[in-house]
Amino acid sequence: MKKTFKYLKPFIPMIIIGVVLTFAQSMLSLNLPTLMSDIVNNGIVGQSIDEVLKYGSYMLYVTIGFMVCAIGATFIASKVSAGFANKLRNAVYSKVQKFSLSEYKKISTSSLITRTTNDVTQVQQLTLMSMRMMIQAPLMCIGGIIMALSMNKQLSLLFIVVIPLLLVAIVMLAKKILPLFTSLQKFTDRINQVIREKLTGVRVIRAFGSQAYEGKRYDKANKDIYDVSLKASYRMAILMPVVLFVINVSSVAVVWFGAHLIGDGAMQIGDMMAFMQYAIQVLFSILAVTMLFVMIPRAMVSVKRINEVLGTESSIEDKIELVPNEKFTNPGEIEFINATFQYLDGDEPVLSDMNFKIKKGETVAILGGTGSGKTSLLSLIMRFYDITSGTIKIGGVDIKEIPLEQLRDMMGYVPQKAMLFSGTIESNIKYGKQNATEEEMIRAAKISQSYDFISSLEEQFNAPVSQGGTNFSGGQKQRLSIARAIVKDPAIYLFDDSFSALDFQTDKKLRDALSENVKGATIVIVAQRVSTVLNADKILFIDEGKIIAQGTHKELYNSCEEYKEVVLSQITEEEAINGGK
Amino acid sequence: MENKGNTKKQHSGPMGGGPRFGGVADKPKEFSKTLKRLIRYIGKYNKVIILVIVVLIFSTVLSTLSPKVLGKATTELGNNVIQKVAYSQMKGYLAAIPEQMKVAIPENATIQTLIDMKVIPQEAADKLPEMVKSVSLTVEPTINYDYIAKILLIILAMYFTSALFSYISTRSMAYIAQKVTYGLRKEIDEKLDRLPLKFFDKHTHGEILSRVTNDVDTVSSTLEQTIVQILQSVFTIIGILVMMISISLSMAGVAILIVPVSLIFITAIIKMSQKYFMRQQRVIGELNGHVEETYSGNLVIQAFNMQKEEINQFNSINGELYRCGWKSQFLSGLMMPIINGISNLGYVGICVLGAKLAIEGKMTIGNIQAFVQYTHQFTQPIGQTANMLNLVQGAVAAAERVFEILDETEEEPDKVDSIKIGNEAKTVTFDKVAFSYEKDQKLIENWSLEVNEGQTVAIVGPTGAGKTTIVNLLMRFYEISGGQIKINGVSTKDMSRNDLRTMFSMVLQDTWLFNGTIKENLRYGRQEATDEEIYEATKLAHAHHFIKALPGGYDFVLNEEASNISQGEKQLLTIARAIVANSPILILDEATSNVDTRTEELIQKAMNKLMEGRTSFVIAHRLSTIKNADVILYMEHGRIIERGTHDVLLKKDGAYAKLYNSQFSEDA
Repeated sequence: MKKTFKYLKPFIPMIIIGVVLTFAQSMLSLNLPTLMSDIVNNGIVGQSIDEVLKYGSYMLYVTIGFMVCAIGATFIASKVSAGFANKLRNAVYSKVQKFSLSEYKKISTSSLITRTTNDVTQVQQLTLMSMRMMIQAPLMCIGGIIMALSMNKQLSLLFIVVIPLLLVAIVMLAKKILPLFTSLQKFTDRINQVIREKLTGVRVIRAFGSQAYEGKRYDKANKDIYDVSLKASYRMAILMPVVLFVINVSSVAVVWFGAHLIGDGAMQIGDMMAFMQYAIQVLFSILAVTMLFVMIPRAMVSVKRINEVLGTESSIEDKIELVPNEKFTNPGEIEFINATFQYLDGDEPVLSDMNFKIKKGETVAILGGTGSGKTSLLSLIMRFYDITSGTIKIGGVDIKEIPLEQLRDMMGYVPQKAMLFSGTIESNIKYGKQNATEEEMIRAAKISQSYDFISSLEEQFNAPVSQGGTNFSGGQKQRLSIARAIVKDPAIYLFDDSFSALDFQTDKKLRDALSENVKGATIVIVAQRVSTVLNADKILFIDEGKIIAQGTHKELYNSCEEYKEVVLSQITEEEAINGGK
Repeated sequence: MENKGNTKKQHSGPMGGGPRFGGVADKPKEFSKTLKRLIRYIGKYNKVIILVIVVLIFSTVLSTLSPKVLGKATTELGNNVIQKVAYSQMKGYLAAIPEQMKVAIPENATIQTLIDMKVIPQEAADKLPEMVKSVSLTVEPTINYDYIAKILLIILAMYFTSALFSYISTRSMAYIAQKVTYGLRKEIDEKLDRLPLKFFDKHTHGEILSRVTNDVDTVSSTLEQTIVQILQSVFTIIGILVMMISISLSMAGVAILIVPVSLIFITAIIKMSQKYFMRQQRVIGELNGHVEETYSGNLVIQAFNMQKEEINQFNSINGELYRCGWKSQFLSGLMMPIINGISNLGYVGICVLGAKLAIEGKMTIGNIQAFVQYTHQFTQPIGQTANMLNLVQGAVAAAERVFEILDETEEEPDKVDSIKIGNEAKTVTFDKVAFSYEKDQKLIENWSLEVNEGQTVAIVGPTGAGKTTIVNLLMRFYEISGGQIKINGVSTKDMSRNDLRTMFSMVLQDTWLFNGTIKENLRYGRQEATDEEIYEATKLAHAHHFIKALPGGYDFVLNEEASNISQGEKQLLTIARAIVANSPILILDEATSNVDTRTEELIQKAMNKLMEGRTSFVIAHRLSTIKNADVILYMEHGRIIERGTHDVLLKKDGAYAKLYNSQFSEDA
C-alpha cells in the first residue's frame, strides 16, 4: 500500500482542496430541497409571492455555487488522478529497467507489461472515482440523512427500515451475479483459446481433415459461454427494477407516514416534499457506495501487483566506481574459475564448476544440447545473472567489481532470439552505438551480410521496422541484430546461436567476414550446427552444465566419444576428419 | 525509436478512464448499411422485439404517470392542510369579532357564509383560495386518509407493474442479444473453415482473433444494454413531455428549455474532449507499444546499456499521456456538473414559477411536486442517450469488422462427384503447374515433376525459392492457376479437399499441438486408432520413452502452446501423430533450430522410419536426408534449377554442389 500511495503525497494539498470543493458541492445541492420546502411552506401555504422570489433567488445562488464547486472538483480530480498515474507509471517503469533477468523471470515479462500499463490505469480509475464518487456519495448520504432529520425526526425512522432493505437486496443479488462473472471470464478465455489454436494450427487441422472435431470443441465452448452469459444477464436484469422499486416504495411510505404527521400537526407539507427528495438522494448514494465496494477489491488487486514491482530489488549489486583501464591486466580475456550457477528457483545448478580461459583474439565455440547451459554461460559473461559461487574474471578483473555499464560496453552481444525494435533499420543498427557514423553503419551491415538486402529495399537504411521486426524474415532479423553488435566494435563478441536462421552459405560468408574484420576481438559462439564450430580455436563441449571436453575439433574428435557421436550425426566421417583445426 | 509500424488496434483501451461520456468510438465506414444488416440479425426475433417494445411502452407510461398520481395524494394533503389553516384562522377571527355578530352566524355556516354576510371584508375574502370557502366552521377539517390510502395503493401497484415490465423487457433483450451472439460466433467459426489459407496467411492471428472475440463481445453487450435504454429514454422523454404539458404549458416551457441548452453544452464538450480523447488513445497505443517492446527486449537494452535512454523515452510519452489524459478526463467530467447545473437552474425556475401559479390558485402543490420529479427524470435520459449513441457507433464499427470476415471470398466448394483414392495413392505428378500468390507476380511456372511409388523427393534451395509453396499446392492449401497435379493419375481438383488431405501425413517445422492429453493429440489424424497402434507409433518415433516419464504418461495434458514439453519432444510427437495417421504419402518440412543434437538424432531416425515404403516429399535441411533421396530438386525463384541424385548433382558442380560444399571448406 505505502509504496504505491506514496506517489500521491505531492498531491495532498490539491486533494484537500478537492475534498473541500466536493463537500461544498454536496452541501449546496442538499440545500435545494430545503429551499423548495421554504417556498412551499412560506410562499404557497403562506400565500406570499415575495417569499417565493426571496427563496427563489437563494436557490439561484446555490445552483451557481454548486456548478462552480463541481467544476472545480472535477478539475482537481482529473489533475490528481492523471498526475498520480503519471508519477506511478514512471516509477514502475524505471524500477523495471533496473531489474536483472532474475526479476524478469520471477514476475514474468507479460505480467510486468500488464502491471505497468493496465494495473496503473486501474489505480488511476480508482483514484478518479474516489475523488469524484467515494467522497461525494457518503457525503450526500450522510448529509441527506442529516437534512432529513432536520426536516422530521420521526419520519427519519423510515431509514432504519429502508436502508437495510436496500442493502440486503443489493448484496443478495450481487452474491448471485458476481460468481457468474468469474466463470464467464473463464469461458471467455476458453473460447479465445480454442480459436487461437484453430488459427495457429490451421494447416495441421486441414491436413488432418479434422474441422469437424475442432468444430465440436468450438461448439461446446460457444454453448458454455452462451449459457453462462444468459444466466448472468437474466440475474442482472432483476437488479435495477428491484432497486428502483425499493426506492419508489420508500417515497410512497414517506407520503403515507408524512400525511399522518401532518395531520397531527407535527410536520409541514413542504418539509415532507423535501424529505422525499432527501430520501431518494440517500438511497441513490447508498447504491453508488455499494457499486464502489465492487470496484475497490478489483483495483486493490492492481495495487498489490504494483507494490510487488516497486518492492522488488535487483538481485545484482552494481558498483558505481569505474574500474580504471590499467587495472585490466588482460583486456579481452574471459576466465571462469570454479564458477557454479543455479537459478533461484532451480533444484540443480545449471552450470557447475566451470573452469576455462578464453584469451584475447580467440574464437571459442560452445557446443552442447538444449538445457546444457550454453545460453546461461553467455548470460553470466554479460552478468545478466550472478554466479552462485566461484569467480568470473573479465580482462583480469572480477566481474563483480566492474560496473554493469562498463562491463556491457565491452561486449557485443547477439541474443538467441533476434530482437529488433520498432523504428528504422538505421535506428536498429545504431542502437549499438548512438553516435555511429554512416561509414561505421555500412561496414557493420556489410560484415553481417545484411547490406545486400538492405540495399534492395526502397528506403534502404530508412526502411521502417515494425514492432518485434515482424516485417523481416528470421534470417534478416538475425543479421541485423549481428550488425547492431558489430557497429559497437566491442572487445568481446558473444553469439548465442545467432546463425541458426541463416542458410549454410550466408552463415559461412558471415563468419569469414567477421574473422577478417574484427581481428583482435575475442569471439564466443554458441551453436548447434557442427559446421559452424568446426574451425574454432577452441571448442567447449558441455553437457548437463559440465564441461565434458575442451580443445580443437581435431583434438576432441579423436579423444571424446560423445563429441564424435554428435559430429557424425550431422556430417559424414570424411568431412569430420578433413574439417576443422 | 518511433512507433511507426504500430498498427495495433486499441479495442479495449482501459487507460482512457473517466466517465464514458464523450469517449471516442471508432467510426464505421458504412454506418447505415451495417446497421441494417445488424438489425436483420435481430429481426429473426421480431416477436420478442415487439414484446420488448410493447412492455417498455407500458412500463414507461406507468413510471411517467406515477409522479402525477403521487402528486394527487400530496395535493389532497396540501388542500387539507390549507383548509385546516383556514379553519383555525377563522376560529381566531371569530373569537375577535363582537358578540352580536356571532349570534347571527348560522349553525352550519361555512367560510363562504361569512363572506356573504360580510363578516369577512371583501378584500380579505378575495385573497382566500376557492377550496377554503367550503370549510365548515363547526367541524374541524381533517386529513382525508381514506383517499390518500387509495391513491397510494394505486401507485404501489403501478410501481410494481412498471418494475415487472422493465424486468421482462431487459430479460427479453438479453435473450435476443445472447442468441445473436451465439449465432454470430457459430457463423464465424463455420466461415473460418471455408476460408482459403490465403486469408490466414494474409491476416495476423491477433487481427482475426480480435474480430472473433472483442468485436463480437462489443456487439453483444451493446445489443443487450443500449437498445432497451435508448428506447426507454426516448419513451420517457416523450412521456414526460406529455405529462409536463398536461400539467402546465408555461412550466413545461421552462423545462423544455433545458433540452436545447443542455444539448448545446453536450455537443460543445464532446467536440472539445473528442480531440483530447483521440490524442490520448494514440498516446496510449504508443506507450503500450513502448512498454511491450522494451520489456520483451530487455535483454538487448541491458546488453547495450540503453536503460537511461529508454526511461527518458518512456517519460516523454508518459508526460504526453498526462497532458492529454487530464484534459480529456476533465472535459468529459464536466458533462455531469454542467448538465446537473442546468437541470438545477430549471428546477429553480420551476419552483418559482410553480409557486407563483399555486398562489394564484392555478396550480396544485401536488403538481409542483410531480413537476419537480419530472424535471429530475428528464435530464437523465438526455445525457444517457448522447452516451448510448456513442456506444452504438462503436458497436456498428465492430459489427462491420465481423461482417468483413463473413464476406470474405470462400474456397471453391468441392466437386459433388469427387473421386476417392484413399490408401491406394502411390504416384504424384506435377504437370506444367503454374501459381502466383499475387496476381502480377508469377512465382511458379511450367513446373513439372513425376514421383513414383515409394520415392523420396528432396527439395532444397534458399529461403523464398518456393519450397513450401510446392507443399501448399500439393495439399490444395492454395489452388494452382494453371496445369494439373495428379495422384495416381487423378487430378487433385477432382477430389474433395478432405479426401485429398487424408492421403498425406504432414510433419511441419511448426509443431502444432492442441491443449489436450498426449493421447488425444496422437489420435488427431485418425480418431479410431487403438491404444496399441498409438504405442507402436510412439515407439517408432522414439517418443514412448519420454511420454512414459511425464506425470500421467499418455494422459499428460499439454498446455496452450504445448510449452510444458520441449521443442524436440513436440517434434517427436508430431512425427508419432503422422505415423498414427498412417497415410500413404508423406510431407516433411525439416526443422533446424532449437533442437539439441541428441534429440535431433532421434528425430532423424524417426523420420527415416516414417519414410520407409512411403512416397515422400522432404523440404530438406539435413544433408543426410538429401543424400539418400531418389531425386533432389534445387529450387530458386520458383524454378527447378537442378534435379538429380546427390552424386549426379555433385559431379555437375553447379548450384547444389556449391551449397553442399560451402559448409565444410574454410575458404569457400
